[in-house]
Amino acid sequence: MRVHIDVNGERLAADDVWEGESLLYVLRERLGLPGAKNACEQGECGSCTVYLDGLPVCACLVAAGQAEGREVVTVEGLASGDDLDQGLDEVQRAFVEAGAVQCGFCTPGLIVQAHSLIESTPQVPEDADIREALAGNLCRCTGYEKIIDAVRLAATRKAQNKAAQKKAPR
Amino acid sequence: MRPFAYQRATDVPSAVAAGTGQAMYLGGGTNLVDLMRLGVATPEVLVDVTRVPFDTIEETPGGGLLIGAGVRNSDLAAHPLVLRNYPMLAQAVVAGGSGQIRNMATVAGNLLQRTRCSYFQDITKPCNKRVPGSGCPAREGDHRNLAILGHSEACVATHPSDMAVPLAALGAVVNVESSGGPRAIPMPGFHRLPGDAPERDTLLRPGDLVTAVELPALPFAARSRYRKVRDRASFAFAVVSVAAALDVADGVVRDCRIALGGVAHVPWRAERAEAALRGAPATAEEFARAAEAELAQASPLPRNAFKVPLARNVLVRTLLDLTAREDLTAAGDTGETS
Repeated sequence: MRVHIDVNGERLAADDVWEGESLLYVLRERLGLPGAKNACEQGECGSCTVYLDGLPVCACLVAAGQAEGREVVTVEGLASGDDLDQGLDEVQRAFVEAGAVQCGFCTPGLIVQAHSLIESTPQVPEDADIREALAGNLCRCTGYEKIIDAVRLAATRKAQNKAAQKKAPR
Repeated sequence: MRPFAYQRATDVPSAVAAGTGQAMYLGGGTNLVDLMRLGVATPEVLVDVTRVPFDTIEETPGGGLLIGAGVRNSDLAAHPLVLRNYPMLAQAVVAGGSGQIRNMATVAGNLLQRTRCSYFQDITKPCNKRVPGSGCPAREGDHRNLAILGHSEACVATHPSDMAVPLAALGAVVNVESSGGPRAIPMPGFHRLPGDAPERDTLLRPGDLVTAVELPALPFAARSRYRKVRDRASFAFAVVSVAAALDVADGVVRDCRIALGGVAHVPWRAERAEAALRGAPATAEEFARAAEAELAQASPLPRNAFKVPLARNVLVRTLLDLTAREDLTAAGDTGETS
């Protein structure tokens, strides 16, 4: 079957998609977006997390046909370029700066999930809320402490940016 | 994964028309897609019902709630009327899965999810639920997380849902559509005990489509709580859970609704505990007596006997919480136990 998906703001089509393929497979193997990772394929590890119609989901558990006509944002779509100072989202920059990345396999899913947490929380979230929000993302390397640091850092900066925008004269 | 045909339904009649033979309905897919990949579920036709417009939550004329089958778990848990009138339901839903899972999982899919018994999920092992008559290795094998109530020689599986526990306590009604017309199946009773047919989790017949879950008006459920014990702080199935609503006046229990999760093939309505509590003083001693009355019928297996005192203690603790604290309906209380 043919599947149309709005991916990172662009209407894309994939041909010859088998009904049993997942959204994750379509993104990685048919649309050339390998950011979301394929690990447990059971919704346990969260490394395939992408936005589907604005909400983070495990792309491995979404049947390809379910994504027809939907909007998907992957970790690639959060950045506007590769420039570490300019192009990356605050969450991506914070992961780099806080040392929250070791092998990197869980990182794309964690960044999308953390991005959603920060976008949906007006204040800087408490550590307990960060941990709960990331409960569906497994990391085998870091022990999570630097990841929590990164999320706190990104949330603090985004809150500061918002405050600065409010104060700035028009 | 076995090859299958994929169809997209746009309304209830077209879904029911497509749902014949070896068809299965696809909601959020968080359990079914996994089971298909494992080879446990092998539908010939997958009828995607995620575009059927039954994704709303509406107040009923009687003061209850009509929850569409396709409502996402995250939307259900965040709904103001659920938080205000049925806090144990909101607490149970956020206690299940992860954020990503709750964003996809639907109400009907949550009710119809299959057991997480490891033998059921492993097609190289016998399992009476997956292959009737093939045997049950769990009785002699790994059953730490399995049933202590209502199990049979054929099956000791537990129902994995958190959400279904408060629904059973509330006496929710499951609305079903089929080629033979609509019908309504009350909980508890929608899910069935295994008996000698553990392959059937519910009273649903092939082709039946769950369209909504109706919650009755129950004013005292505004004071209710879901307490879940699990092996880690988050994203784990219940070892034992309790949903309870308590109506206390002048120190006496006027009415109550109690159900247990993680202990049986069904969300277990604790009718004996309820009967023991109605009219009794709201004291720790009476709560313990009620819990004992319920769990006297337990028949644990060698490696899950700990669940009997655990369920008793969690039940007593939940009832004490409900009588001791004034802030239980607060939206921020997730009912989590870590």
